[in-house]
Amino acid sequence: MSTPLILLALAIIAIACYVAGTRRALAIAGGLSSNLHSRQGYYGSFVAICATVPAAIVLAVWLIASPFYINSTVMSGFPEEVKTQSEAQQGLSFGMVGGLARGMDVLTLEEIDAVSANPAELRSLLGTKGVALAGDPEPWMVVSAGDLNAMQKISSRIMTAVVLIIALAGAGLSYVRIAPRFRARNRVEKVILSALVLASSIAIVTTIGIVMSMLTEATHFFGRVSPWEFFFGTVWDPRFAAAGATASEGQFGLIPLLAGTLYIGFVAMLVAVPVGLFSAIYMSEYASPRVRSIAKPLLEVLAGIPTIVYGFFALTSVGPFLRDISAQLSGLTTGEYANFIQAQSVLTAGFVMGIMLIPYVSSLSDDIITAVPRALRDGSLGLGATKSETIKKVVMPAALPGVVGALLMTASRAIGETMIVVLAAGVAARMQLNPFEPMTTVTVKIVSQLTGDLEFTSPQTLVAFALGITLFAITLCLNIYALFIVRKYREQYE
Amino acid sequence: MTDVVSSPAGVLAKPARRDIGIKRRYAAERRFRAYGIAALSFGLLFLALLLWSVVSKGYTAFQQTMITVPVEFSEQVIDKDNERATDPQKLMTANYPIIARNAVAKALGVAESNTADLRAVNQMISNSVRSQLRDMVVANPQIIGTTQTVSLLAAGDIDSAWKGQINLDVSEDNRKVSDKQVGWMNQLAEAGALAKHFNGGIFFNGASSRPEAAGVGVALIGSFYMMLIVLVLSLPIGVAASIYLEEFAPKNRLTDLIEVNINNLAAVPSIVYGLLGLAVFVNFMGLPRSASLVGGLVLTLMTLPTIIIATRAALKAVPPSIRAAALGLGASKMQTIFHHVLPLAMPGILTGTIIGLAHALGETAPLLLIGMVAFVANYPTTPMDPSTALPVQIYMWANEAERAFVERTSGAIIILLLFLIVMNVGAILLRRRFERRW
Repeated sequence: MSTPLILLALAIIAIACYVAGTRRALAIAGGLSSNLHSRQGYYGSFVAICATVPAAIVLAVWLIASPFYINSTVMSGFPEEVKTQSEAQQGLSFGMVGGLARGMDVLTLEEIDAVSANPAELRSLLGTKGVALAGDPEPWMVVSAGDLNAMQKISSRIMTAVVLIIALAGAGLSYVRIAPRFRARNRVEKVILSALVLASSIAIVTTIGIVMSMLTEATHFFGRVSPWEFFFGTVWDPRFAAAGATASEGQFGLIPLLAGTLYIGFVAMLVAVPVGLFSAIYMSEYASPRVRSIAKPLLEVLAGIPTIVYGFFALTSVGPFLRDISAQLSGLTTGEYANFIQAQSVLTAGFVMGIMLIPYVSSLSDDIITAVPRALRDGSLGLGATKSETIKKVVMPAALPGVVGALLMTASRAIGETMIVVLAAGVAARMQLNPFEPMTTVTVKIVSQLTGDLEFTSPQTLVAFALGITLFAITLCLNIYALFIVRKYREQYE
Repeated sequence: MTDVVSSPAGVLAKPARRDIGIKRRYAAERRFRAYGIAALSFGLLFLALLLWSVVSKGYTAFQQTMITVPVEFSEQVIDKDNERATDPQKLMTANYPIIARNAVAKALGVAESNTADLRAVNQMISNSVRSQLRDMVVANPQIIGTTQTVSLLAAGDIDSAWKGQINLDVSEDNRKVSDKQVGWMNQLAEAGALAKHFNGGIFFNGASSRPEAAGVGVALIGSFYMMLIVLVLSLPIGVAASIYLEEFAPKNRLTDLIEVNINNLAAVPSIVYGLLGLAVFVNFMGLPRSASLVGGLVLTLMTLPTIIIATRAALKAVPPSIRAAALGLGASKMQTIFHHVLPLAMPGILTGTIIGLAHALGETAPLLLIGMVAFVANYPTTPMDPSTALPVQIYMWANEAERAFVERTSGAIIILLLFLIVMNVGAILLRRRFERRW
């Protein structure tokens, strides 16, 4: 039976168990559910859980583990001269065997008989059936493919039998345990609770997954390129991943990318911080409730617009506009109409990213400013300070730690932002200070190294993971520090 | 009797008000206020500019210039030797663009011997007529030898020119449409053959290197699959996790760690999730690249923290009196939560979920890494098939050089924004309708 069919069978068993368990509980109680410890539905659920959960666990483990076992057995059956080859070569051969095995499933018995005499024809025959092979199969591969198919078939049969037996056994054992004093509800609730624990641990699993996956790939990378060259290199020139090429490995210097990231982030913050902060102050201190109820959601629309839209805006509107206006300006001053701002530049990307960040700054600081107690303001106003003096001298100092936390969170967003810089910042990794020239960022390079054909062995691909873990580490530090500041601040007034 | 004479000296005796800089301070106050208004207007101005730039560029994408002419399905061209009964490839490989070209040339009165003009005519029709006419003939071979009135897609440049997006005052050499073609365009339009029609293709077509035939059909289906996967996985998992953390978890180191973790995950750059998906789902687990399944899983992990945070807030807002009442009537803790607290928190949870989904729908960066930057012309039938997503399609079109793709890109952005507006308005309505203040 195939896996979906087994799942379907398990679902049917579960429903049947629920109905049977519920009925039996009621029957044992003599039709009066008040004689039971739990409500009758819990007895049904208990039987259903006992039937399906262990069976499903076995099914999952089997599905994950059996390919490893089968593959290693088949590979150990390879001829000696193949086993002495390099690991990559063996992998290729195994790929061929897998393809053959899939192909032989499609063929009829007669066809297999016909081609087993002449393996060279196998490739063209499989080609007509829609199974493409990388090379001409050798005779031993046909044998291995046959083994593989046979083992998979046996494994699938045993799995079906084991899973169904476990399901039925679980159902039977739990069915006979139903009794009026049996605490079915407590059992069921225990199972639900462990499901809840499992769900909440996914957050931790995700973090571990992020760190582990990037660390393993990055260690592969650092096996080829020294960490010193990566973290302190000033030239980014990865070249192309040429198959088998050993010379001209390329240079992977992080510094130019980091410089671009920080520069663009800095320009973005230069736009977002004053605008966001002043909007927040205006909305929380000056605006009438009506203005606030309109302006605040409108400003937050900026946060809801996907970043790809900002990128497109930068690429087709802001960039060309800045380019043209710079040409006009230089024409007016020097008489020569040459644009000194490139269409893709630090300024374009930073400016548009700044607009995107306005709502993050404003809504975070709005919350913090509003949280400053009324009494502080009243005291200052009562002493004769104007509203702006109160804000500058009393409210902002009180809100400062929170605002700094908010700004740090915004900065981490600016560093991790991808789509705007991919479209508007350019791809040239350069170190320079002119904001009118293109620079590139860590995220742009992650995207450009990982789009297209991938080989998980070349440093050109693996460098993306080293970049990724750097990015992750930077943003993580910023966020943890921001959270720390915000938490510490919050305790002051509560 | 006393005469009270207010002497001028008495008035003078009143001390003059000390200058405490009130004017300067009020000016500063006004300035400060103006900064606030300026900042707010700056933000709103750019919101308006952004939307205006997208809409003004993109609304024309929903119209498409078509050339409607009688097309003669000449047996001479399609199947000269009458082999279609024996050779099924014949109908597939016939030279259909010639038929379309001849039809338009006939309508324009271009002589069949004038090859230069014929080539110019050919440039006016989209290359997609090949598949359009082929599909017509294959579906109904009887039309060979007859003449049918067919609406043909105009080529991208003609489409742009007819919509007025190409500046016709520029010298002829510097633009993609020749004066002759413009003349023909007007001639066809006067005859009623060339006109703008509603462009259904942008919703239904798959990827195409021809702007006039490109659409977001495949991307919509891919995005739909992903949203479905995100909803099915992240809602139950997110709610379960929040229930545990909010209602059951003991206050200890571990739960504190989980909490910090979730807050951090919500702030991890989305591209990092793409790297995770590439390393774990594609490289380690061997799931197919470009599949919406992988995209859905990656977006699920990305959306989970948002949903958990929203759900916990919703659960926290349910007053303890509800819990106390249920517990007091003998319900177990589990029953209290699942029968009473959760239903009351549901509007808040759903609102958070919809907002999380809307965010996931517009997310591009992680999808680029798992290979959804793919030229997919056919509809994916399952989530395992190669597919693309709406924002990724926008990214791919934004990188195309042709003028007509700018319009398509903006059109696709409008479609994306419409979806987001619908979702967000839905969330707001849900909150207004069901939210209870305790």
